Amino acid sequence: MTPDVFLTVLAPENLAIIAIATFYGCFVGAVPGLTATMAVALLVPFTFFLDPIPAISAIVATTTTAIFAGDISGTLLRIPGTPASAAYVDDAHRLSQEGHARTSLFVSLFTAAVGGVVGVLILMMIAPQLARIAISFSSFETFWLACLGLTCAIFVGGGTVPKSFASLCIGLAVASVGIDVAVGHPRYTFGVPDLLDGISFIPAMIGIFAFSEVLRTVQNLEKRKEAVTEITEKVGRALAGAFRIVVRFPGTLARSSVLGTLVGALPGAGADIAAWISYALARRFSKNPEKFGKGSYEGVAAGGSSNNAAIGGAWTPALVFGIPGDSVTAIAIGVLLLKGMTPGPRIFVDQPELTSALFGSFLVANIIMVPVGILAILASTYILKVPRAVMAPVILLFSLVGAFAIAGTVTAVWIVLALGLVGYLMEQNGIPLAPAILGIVLGKIIEDNFMISMIKAQGDFMGFFDRQYSLVLGILTLGLWGLLILRTIREMLRAGRKRKGVSR
Amino acid sequence: MTTTHLTRLLGATALGFGAVLATQAAAECDWKPERAVTYIVPWGAGGGTDANSRMLASLLSQEFGVPFNVVNRTGGNGVTGHSAIARAEPDGYTVGAVTVEINTMHWVGLTDLTHEDITPIALVDVVPAGFTVKADSEFGSVTEVLEYAKANPGELTASGTSQGGIWHLALAGLLNAEGMDPEAIRWIPSQGAGPAMQELMAGGVDVVTVAQSEAKTLIEQGELKGLGYMHTERMAALPDIPTTAEELPSGWTLAANITLSGPGGMDPEIACSYEKAALKVMDTQEWADFKASRGADVVLMGSEDLAALMVKNDQALGDTIKAIGMAK
Repeated sequence: MTPDVFLTVLAPENLAIIAIATFYGCFVGAVPGLTATMAVALLVPFTFFLDPIPAISAIVATTTTAIFAGDISGTLLRIPGTPASAAYVDDAHRLSQEGHARTSLFVSLFTAAVGGVVGVLILMMIAPQLARIAISFSSFETFWLACLGLTCAIFVGGGTVPKSFASLCIGLAVASVGIDVAVGHPRYTFGVPDLLDGISFIPAMIGIFAFSEVLRTVQNLEKRKEAVTEITEKVGRALAGAFRIVVRFPGTLARSSVLGTLVGALPGAGADIAAWISYALARRFSKNPEKFGKGSYEGVAAGGSSNNAAIGGAWTPALVFGIPGDSVTAIAIGVLLLKGMTPGPRIFVDQPELTSALFGSFLVANIIMVPVGILAILASTYILKVPRAVMAPVILLFSLVGAFAIAGTVTAVWIVLALGLVGYLMEQNGIPLAPAILGIVLGKIIEDNFMISMIKAQGDFMGFFDRQYSLVLGILTLGLWGLLILRTIREMLRAGRKRKGVSR
Repeated sequence: MTTTHLTRLLGATALGFGAVLATQAAAECDWKPERAVTYIVPWGAGGGTDANSRMLASLLSQEFGVPFNVVNRTGGNGVTGHSAIARAEPDGYTVGAVTVEINTMHWVGLTDLTHEDITPIALVDVVPAGFTVKADSEFGSVTEVLEYAKANPGELTASGTSQGGIWHLALAGLLNAEGMDPEAIRWIPSQGAGPAMQELMAGGVDVVTVAQSEAKTLIEQGELKGLGYMHTERMAALPDIPTTAEELPSGWTLAANITLSGPGGMDPEIACSYEKAALKVMDTQEWADFKASRGADVVLMGSEDLAALMVKNDQALGDTIKAIGMAK
């Protein structure tokens, strides 16, 4: 980074803008139903009046914080901010119920900052090379990658393999609603125009997690007399505890951050898949895999670092080729163009000050995020003092308003209610919820890319193994499926043997 | 003395008349929104329609002094957003970015909505299609591609948007105009221009026919190669790329457009106030700079001409859709 750029990024006005954007991102991200994309879209008119570097800094700072802040509502209310946070929302929420809300949130915050910084450092070193790989992903590779993501959902789920698989299938069934991209035929829309575009994941996520939680709370109110159970821990202890936890898992953090950046750079649902794969791998290599899904700090650390690292990754193809990896970077490209900067392969040569400023802002934003995040956590954990009987209707209100805000239709409210019931019934039967969310997010991606690939290959299945990367990803995915089937058979045999033993 | 009186009197009367006329002229087209206006964009955040609309919305917001909230109502290949614009209350508090799809969707049977269900206000952008291949492609011109496709029908693939979307019509219409089978180059549906260019760069398809302005950056930086511009004049920013009008015997051209439109049955007073404001803010340096940054020219076209353009486009695109057998 040249000294000039360093000065521009660290200039008082720029720091002030980053700080304001951080607060703003934190607020939007923490409100259930509002997303990072929405936060950035609302920011665009303001960037017109800013110089290029502050404009980029503002966008970067907003996204980085909004993604972390999604963990606040996830932990306290069980409404994950993004599908990426859905991977570990059960862990975070369980910790909160056990009275460790602040520790868990501080772990989220610290690991998000670490993930963010690692992501930027990787980008600074190998963005052009990484973009080369990302850009060589066609529909075949994207299909396999999404399959890999789904496979991880089965490994991740708290329940047994068949139950996780059932949850995934429910998610995939929900994803099949809407117009299909290949032939343009509407499915399961029952003549409702709002369903033409399918069921978007925000109302689905709010319904499955938050509304089902409200239902359960209401059911348990009578049984549990202690209305205020979750008084959270002291700030100092929580901070120290969180710090110790973060230091305890350097391997998990490093792996998740690197993986988050790399997978985040790939087109499609990079960031979401990244968090799930990181979480699944953390569980695989953990000394306490049984704690995952039931309040594991390690799971929170893995997912939290990975999804923030993925934000940096998502900028790679956008910056190097002008092809956005997600909707946030799509908006960002629009702003860059407006400022007379054209993303493209030569941007690192022609406009080094821009790329350095971008990386610089990322670093600064991730650092400023820590104190701002601490304030937000302290402020928000006061909700835990509110009795559950009061909290439940408030969550319900937020869920419905949030769903309406994102989609702008009453249909979204019905989706929340219907899927909330589904989620409640699933939990009653021991079916984990998280894989269903991934099914909804990835279902469409898998189908679109499968259909497009089949049209391209004119129905020849071998097309899926014709290309270099798709061959590797395909074999990896099929191998994992083989392992899964073996594991299921073993589980079923063991269960059968046990039953026999009992009957004797 | 009398004459002077008379002249004075006449002068005063003339002044009075003038004043009356002036107030009348000002009374027309000076409606102003008093609260926030919703600006519906039927396409996703980050695309060309979104960028143009957001810029225009912010300029209109300064002009009128009320917020213009841009809402992306995506889905249903544009049906959702266009329906939302057409069916909104025509009270001036909902406007939107009606795009060229208003002239294609009803032909392919997606919706009953036509340009008669909206109130055109002003043209915002004209977006001619391109004919773009990978930089290391063996093809050097559109004619070469067409000849290869003629000899090997169905071997080449192209992408850019969904089946029956505007860039698909650009390709199929071009093939049809050249007397070829519209399927000679197979269409691979995609979610939009970005994913289509990703496919092209990854070697998944051979050609994209997205807007040349969208492919401009990658062409300039040597990643892609522009073979043809489906317009009557070459693009100022990329003067080396021949137009299809000059190269092909059929003289085929195709452009998408983005407009500012209101719901059907909008009060003429409100519509012309918007027209006035839109044409005013699009005639500023700020708008010109914005357009230049996207490699596009400023277009200024008011309500009346736009309505005529929509009728013309509807006919031409309908003919293309029927010719390639996609009409329903």
